[in-house]
Order: sequence, then structure tokens, then C-alpha cells
Amino acid sequence: MSVKKHLPANVESKLTSSRVFSQIKDGVSTAYELYRSDRLGQFGIVVLAAFVFIAIFAPIIAPYSPGARHRRDDGSLARLDAPSTDHLLGTTHHGQDVLSQLLVSARVSVFVGFLAAFIAVFIGTNVGLISAYYGGWVDDILMRIVDIAYGLPFLPFVIVLVFIFGANIVNIMLVIAAILWRDSARVVRSEVLSQKQRPYVESARAIGASDFRILYRHVFPNVLPLTVLYMAFAVAYAIMYEASIAFLGFGDPNVYSWGRMMYQAYTHGAIRDAWWWVLPAGVCIMLLVSSVFFIGRTLEEITNPEIRH
Amino acid sequence: MSLKKYVVRRIGQLIVTYWAFLTLLFVVFRLAPGDPTSMYLQEGLSAEEREAILARHGLDQPLHIQYVEYMTQYLTGDLGQSFRHGVPVWDVLVVRFFNTIILMGLAFAIAYLIGVTVGAFIGWVRGTRKEKTGIVVTLIARSSPEFWIGILLLMVFTFYLGWFPSGGIRPPGTEYETFLGRYLNWGVAYHLVLPVLTGVIYYMATPTLLMRSSMINVLNSDFIQIKKAEGIPEYIILYKHAARNSILPMTTVVALVVGMSIGGSLVIETVFSWPGMGREMVESVTYNDYPLAQAIFFLMGSLVIWMNFVADLAYVYLDPRVRYD
Repeated sequence: MSVKKHLPANVESKLTSSRVFSQIKDGVSTAYELYRSDRLGQFGIVVLAAFVFIAIFAPIIAPYSPGARHRRDDGSLARLDAPSTDHLLGTTHHGQDVLSQLLVSARVSVFVGFLAAFIAVFIGTNVGLISAYYGGWVDDILMRIVDIAYGLPFLPFVIVLVFIFGANIVNIMLVIAAILWRDSARVVRSEVLSQKQRPYVESARAIGASDFRILYRHVFPNVLPLTVLYMAFAVAYAIMYEASIAFLGFGDPNVYSWGRMMYQAYTHGAIRDAWWWVLPAGVCIMLLVSSVFFIGRTLEEITNPEIRH
Repeated sequence: MSLKKYVVRRIGQLIVTYWAFLTLLFVVFRLAPGDPTSMYLQEGLSAEEREAILARHGLDQPLHIQYVEYMTQYLTGDLGQSFRHGVPVWDVLVVRFFNTIILMGLAFAIAYLIGVTVGAFIGWVRGTRKEKTGIVVTLIARSSPEFWIGILLLMVFTFYLGWFPSGGIRPPGTEYETFLGRYLNWGVAYHLVLPVLTGVIYYMATPTLLMRSSMINVLNSDFIQIKKAEGIPEYIILYKHAARNSILPMTTVVALVVGMSIGGSLVIETVFSWPGMGREMVESVTYNDYPLAQAIFFLMGSLVIWMNFVADLAYVYLDPRVRYD
């Protein structure tokens, strides 16, 4: 006879749901405390929020349509005009407004960054959980797959796949996620290996909780901070890889992105004189990615209390 | 498990990884759109001529025969013929391979050296302004993709100051007889500065941050307190005792950074027109030259797989406390 029979109905589920809730509440309040005292983390959140805002409202904020070709007063194409009051960041080789392109491009980076990272961490966390929890041959097979994913040089692999499946933004996102999952898989696995030994897992099993329930109701909340941290890293890498792919000329030709702006500026030799075409996109990539890393650094203090000052 | 058993097991894993890698390579490249003939199609190629070209490259066979053929070829070191250059892939790659190894090897080595030194230092000055500045600078370097750093360096040092050449590997028109002579000269060194610097700035971040956290762990141990009590000068404790004990985890990210720098060679070589594997890969993918792209992918993957293997063995050799699991 199992212990469960002696418990009033749904006590177990009440217990765990309040436990999960309080765990998450604890996590959020710890995060709040840490961010309150950490300037870098605050800076990261503000910058990230600004970029998300720009990404959502880009078509409204942008002064012109990013593809529109502008003409000077004398009717000639406004080719590589230096910044002026009409074009705050000057124009491109094709007479397009740099600022408008810059603002609209934020969409791709934010979209690809978050979605690719979410997919990657979703796969990685599940692989890590299952691999560590079941062990044995399941673990062996999954970890060999992770090893193989680590043996693939990232950028060449992504370029070949993007070339095969077609250069559109969804494919680029999926391909990036198809490699990025490996990091979170490894880290979550080693964390679950240690969580598995804790008494709460044994108690849950003793009451007769199913594997699925133990994994997702009991173990998962304990690796959640780690998952969030690796999500932040994945966002940063996804943004940089998307930009690199576009810079190499394999990006989606139908959307504006910072990498594509740099690609066009570079292939037109604009780095010799037209700094206004080259610098803004690079600065934006750097700002957005570093904001995510700064947020991640503060999150790291939650997952690893030893490095708190 | 004994060390010997661990090594045997690790070799077994290496073989399985290699097999899976080769198979994946085959699958990926057979999925690719177009074939060598699609490049010539606009020139009006008749159906028979197309068949003939496919047959010459063995592409008219059923897939499983192509797979066996491909495996035997790669295992015997035959990487096939380049569609675009019309010569064996090895002939195209042999020079480019070494060009890439020189560039990325140097960037990797310097990045590690600086990373370990700087990481040890900012771990040591933990909690001060210096540490914070160090971390911010490192994180910003890590947030800058290689092409962005490369373009910035080009803008400043080439187009504004005019100190360094804008690209290439040696002054045009120079030829060298011997292998070493090709690289050991001032012309190459002069062309190497900016691309290597680009790599160093970007790859430095990972070892720096890891070294810092490893240092923090070691600095909490008793023997550091004892050394301090003995009155030994701080910089000696820092670099002789603390740093040496913190260096071990650095082997675990060697393969990771090698993978990053191998992939990064595509970008750095494109920015600086460096005639290496990375740039060749970008071009061969654009021109549908599968055998070449496949071979470069194979070489790059092999480097990462082998570095993983060596790093794992080095780790158990260097750390006697490690459990073999």
C-alpha cells in the first residue's frame, strides 16, 4: 500500500504547487535585490528594454521607409551624404536613409535573438533533464549527440545549412538554435545529476509521483535559474551569429538587419570614408549583445552565490 | 576506472563521433540544392553533357553507393576534385590550410596567454574598481562580433593612420621557395598584425572570465592564507601559487575556443582578404563547389574533434584528483 492512500486527496499537488510558487517568488525577489544593487545589470535591462521598444515601434519611429531612395535638391541621388538634419545618420550608397534602416533592423536581431535562444534552451534543458534523470544508455546516446554538436564548427555549419534550406529569417533562426542547444544541455545535465541525489526527489518518488512529475514539477524549478542564465547567453550568441551570417552575405535578402548593413557598407568600400554608414550598425550590435551579457552576469550571482561580493 | 581504460573508452568515443560527423557531412551535402551543373546551366548545357558531368563526379549512383564511396574516399584521405578549380581538393587546400592555421593559431595562443594573465589579475583584485573595469571591458570585447572589430581596426589603423595594409597575406608579387620562408618574413608579419589582433580581442574574453572564476575558487583555499602569512610578496603568490593552481579548468574551454576561432576564420579572413580556408569556404558554398566546401568543413570539424580529445586527455593527465567518468 502506498503512502499516498493515507493522504487526503490532492494534498500532494497543493504542497508542490505552493512550493513551486514560493520558489519562483524567492527567485524573483532575489533577482530584484541583486539588480537593485548592480549598476551593470540595471544598465543592461535599460538598454535591452530600449531595443525591444525600438524593435516593436520601428516603423513608427523611423523617419523614412528603409528602402526609399532619396534625392538631393538638384535631383541627383543622395549617394553617401554625410549626416545632416534631413538624414541624421547620412545616406547609403543607394541614397537610403541609414537611421531608418538601423531602427528597422533592430527587429531582426531582437526576434532572432530571443526566439532562437528560447528554442535552443528549450531543447537543451529537456535533453539535460532526461539525460541526467534516466542515465544509462539514454544518457550515453544523448551525450554522444551533444559531443557531436560540439564537434561542429558553428559558423561553417550554419552557413552550409542556411545555404541548403534557403536564406530566410526563420531558417536562420532554426539553424542557430540547432547548434546553440548544446551548452544548456551539458550544464543542465550536470546540475540535475546533483539534484537527483537530494532527498526531495526520493520523497517524491516514495509518495508515488511519476517520473514526468518529478522531473518537471520538482527538479525543473531547481534548475530554472540556470536555464534562465543560459538563455541570456544564448540570446547574445544568437544575435552575434545572425549578424555574422548576414555579414558574410548569406542573410535573408528581404529583411534589413545590422549584419546586412555592415555587409553592404563593406562591399561598397564605405569603410574608407563613409563612417556614418558603417559605425551605427556595429555599435548597435555591440550595445545589444553586451546588455544581455551584463544581465547574465547579474543572473550568474543567483545561480552561483559564491561569486557574490 | 583506470587511466588506461579511460583512454581506451575516450578513443572509442572519438571513433563514434567521427563516424557520426562524416555521415552528417554526407547527408547535409547531398541535401544541398543544385549540383555542379547548375553553375553552367545558363550557358546552355545539353542533357547528355549534364549526365556526363554528373557521372564523372559519381553523382549518378544511388545514394547508398555514393555513401560507401564517400566513406572509403575520406578514410583513405582522398577529398575529391574541386568543381570550380578542376584540380584535386588537396591542391587547393594545402596552402590555405596553413595560412589559416598560422593566423588563427597565433590569435588563439595570444588570446589564451593574455586571458590567463588578465583573468588571474582581475580575480586577485576582486571587489575593487579595477576588477569591475576589467569585467566590463572583457564583456564588451565578447559582445563585438569579429567583423565589427576587424572593420574598426581597418578604419583606424589602415584608412586613418595608414600604418597597416588593408588585406592579403604578403606584398603582391613576392614568391618564396621554402615552406618556412613563406611565413617567416616581415611582409607576412606586417599583414598578420590586424587580423590576429581582431581574433585576440574577441577570443580573449572566454579564457579571461574562466580564469577569473577559477582564481576566486583557489584564493579561498587555506594555502593562499598561509603564503600570505609567510610574508611572500603578493605578485609571487598571485602568479606562482594562485594562478598555477587555477589554470587547470582552462583546458576544458580549449576546444570551445578552438571551435570559435575556426568558425571565426570565415569572418576574419573575409574582412582582411586573407587567402585561407575560411574565405575559401564562403566562396565555395556560394559557387556550389561541394567537394571543396565539404572538405573544408571536414578539416575544420576534425580540428575541433581532435582538440576536444587532446584537451580531455590533458585534463586527466594534469589533474590526479579527477574521477574517470
